[in-house]
Amino acid sequence: MINYLLKRIIMMIPLLIGITLISFVVIHLAPGEPTDLQTDLNPKASAEMRERLRERYDLDKPMYVQYGKWLVRLIQFDFGESFSQDHRPVLEKIIERLPITILINVLSILVILAVSIPIGILSAVRRNSLFDRSTTVFVFLGFAMPSFWLALLLMDYLGVRLGLFPIAGLKDIGHEYYNFGRQIWDYVHHLCLPVFVSAFGGLAGFSRYMRSNMLEVIRQDYILTARAKGLSETQVIYKHALRNALLPVITILGLSVPGLIGGSVIFETIFAIPGMGKLFYDGVMMRDYPLIMGVLVIGAVLTLVGNLLADISYALADPRIRRG
Amino acid sequence: MRNLILNLTLLCLFLSAGCEQQPDVIPAEGDEAKPVRGDTFIEASIGEPSNLLPVLSSDSASSDINGLVYNGLVKYDKNLQLVGELAESWDVSDDNLSITFHLRKDVHWHDGTQFTSADVLFTYQMYIDPDVPTAYAEDFLQVSNAKVIDEYTFRVTYEKPYAPALESWATAIHPKHLLENQEITKSPLSRAPVGTGPYKFVEWDAGEKLVLEANESYFRGQPYISRVVYRIIPDPSTQFLELRSGGLDFMGLTPIQYSTQTDTPSFKRNFNKYRYLAFSYTYLGYNLKKPVFQDKRVRQAISYAIDKQELIDGVLLGFGQIATGPYKPDLWTYNANVKRYQHNPDMSRKLLTEAGWLDNNADGILDKNGQPFSFTIVTNQGNDLRAKTAEIIQRRLKEIGIDVKIRVVEWATFLKEFIFPGNFDTTILGWSGGPEPDQYNIWHSSKTAPRELNFIGYRNPEVDQLLETGRRTFDQERRKEIYDRFQEILAEEQPYTFLYVGEALPAVAKRFRGIEPAPAGIRYNFEEWYVPKPEQKYTR
Repeated sequence: MINYLLKRIIMMIPLLIGITLISFVVIHLAPGEPTDLQTDLNPKASAEMRERLRERYDLDKPMYVQYGKWLVRLIQFDFGESFSQDHRPVLEKIIERLPITILINVLSILVILAVSIPIGILSAVRRNSLFDRSTTVFVFLGFAMPSFWLALLLMDYLGVRLGLFPIAGLKDIGHEYYNFGRQIWDYVHHLCLPVFVSAFGGLAGFSRYMRSNMLEVIRQDYILTARAKGLSETQVIYKHALRNALLPVITILGLSVPGLIGGSVIFETIFAIPGMGKLFYDGVMMRDYPLIMGVLVIGAVLTLVGNLLADISYALADPRIRRG
Repeated sequence: MRNLILNLTLLCLFLSAGCEQQPDVIPAEGDEAKPVRGDTFIEASIGEPSNLLPVLSSDSASSDINGLVYNGLVKYDKNLQLVGELAESWDVSDDNLSITFHLRKDVHWHDGTQFTSADVLFTYQMYIDPDVPTAYAEDFLQVSNAKVIDEYTFRVTYEKPYAPALESWATAIHPKHLLENQEITKSPLSRAPVGTGPYKFVEWDAGEKLVLEANESYFRGQPYISRVVYRIIPDPSTQFLELRSGGLDFMGLTPIQYSTQTDTPSFKRNFNKYRYLAFSYTYLGYNLKKPVFQDKRVRQAISYAIDKQELIDGVLLGFGQIATGPYKPDLWTYNANVKRYQHNPDMSRKLLTEAGWLDNNADGILDKNGQPFSFTIVTNQGNDLRAKTAEIIQRRLKEIGIDVKIRVVEWATFLKEFIFPGNFDTTILGWSGGPEPDQYNIWHSSKTAPRELNFIGYRNPEVDQLLETGRRTFDQERRKEIYDRFQEILAEEQPYTFLYVGEALPAVAKRFRGIEPAPAGIRYNFEEWYVPKPEQKYTR
């Protein structure tokens, strides 16, 4: 086991370098440079100044030199300084955005699990019933509906007309003057709509997945055995069948680890949530190379780690894999 | 002034500087009440400010905030005349080569330190320092000598007379005692600025909001509104929902929001709407390196074929005026007596026939030497108004037998692949500008190198001469003559078809009083806005 782990981890290094190299080249191939935003079509910026700026950011050097410099810094865990006008360390900009992105993603995954697992089980157990059909319509509605449109509708009706929820942002303007309990409530209140909207779209995939797993398991011989033993239907479904049907969920959770730090640009833009999606999008639009690379590296590492974790926990949870 | 600099912006139509006030205001009762302090003004910004050191930032969110935190030596007043700010007065030498500023003696930085001429000298040196990555050195590189005469007197000398010089001193003055001997890009002031202006920085909640509070020792007296909050709300429709629900007190509206979506009793009860011409215009520019467009008659024919009023009605829903040249119709520089191109398809056909374009094969498209008259309009993505404008022009030109294709391209690609290499037929773009009439960089024939602003390749010796003289002339009447002639030539030659000047359409919560629309817009006297005590919404 330990050997296997070590091997997997060592294998990740060339993979990571490959990913960064390809990303680096692709980003630099896109037309435009970080300095353009400040100098293009700006009558107050002369050619000489433009060169001065390019030199400062090493943009006048060949690409392999730029990549080499970047890689050397990365090995020392230095993600560099953002090329945008704030010149802040990339890591600082990313860390600032991480907590809220992770919070919303975790909450929305919890909501998805809490809603779609029961839906999946019941749809499987009462296959083709009215419940099965109506939930199918419901979850696919969520899947098909553009999230920005749903968000705007909810904001308009629940926010502007009924005044039930705040429209955008994470806290009230007077947040700092509230007592602790009210501050927590303020956060919860602001998070209701974003979490609902982001979870709604994810229900379909997961509940369908759960339904088909459950159908698969119910057909197995050991379920027949359980029924034959005279166990109650509740025990058969919720003890024997559910445990086995939940196994593949682990893989999905492992695969969603990189998704935890990736935000959605549209969603974050509409709700005015300062998350990773917007940070990355703005970075790309401004050709802020160090920032783009920083986000990509963290994303790549998390994807690889997520895969590894999924494999390990699968082995831990399923004796068949552990022994096989 | 930073936000008045000629600069292409995607949202140029909504710049909050302009004029021709037609306020849609119902005068509130009790307006005569004496101004009182208190309340909070909340507005939104599409993007997070990049850097609160004005020397390093060029985005509009940063310059909005910096405009309240810092002062320049001079500023534009409500009528767009330069008046003293940190400078009490100034003298221009007889040879027009040097300016001596007499500074105010009652100004303190937000940390209590006295403001002196050393700060001005430091700011100048910082702007020309090759190690400071600023995009604004150009004006200051014209200075041949800058000198501190005494604590409150500062003199700059130029090599040649330079008329835009005075305006360049509207640049924010930075505090020497906090920035000296430091790497500017690493200064903590870029996240927590210290200025001399009416508002002091309080806190910046990254990605969410930025809070300023009234400077109680401001040299012109403490402003009435106690706090200003900038919320970062990237989506314009979310901003609009926030505005309607009372979460914002100010927003620049789009034409459709102004005309229909805010036409509700509850909105009218809570907000005042204003409209005035913005400092920007939209044009159709011809690539003069292409033989087709080198014939003046062809350009004039296209100008006659485009119905500009139709564009204003269709694209801007009527919130704009026809542009006839690079200057805003209500500025002193504007020349109303230039050639105008009323919609006239017959005139277009006549000019095109003269130029040799005839429909020889009767397919509805004009041709010459066997080549059909067909060209592409390229414009940038993200500006819906420009794309719509292109479509209307396409239909009008079809009527006179010109086949037009439209390409909408992402901004960076648009500049790199199309505009700068001269790889386009025509383009729809806009320029934003300020009151300073110098247009040297856009029209002078020396500015046609790749990445320079005269990318259409316009060359006219008389225009070159006028632009050179214009920027060396200080006398306003003399300058008026020069730029009047400049506009006549542009109108006759039509290197651009000037299309329209849009309007800024801000909405402000009704509880704010003291707003007086003027040629400079409405925000110029923000320090004098107030909310009567009973109407104050935020008590802390």
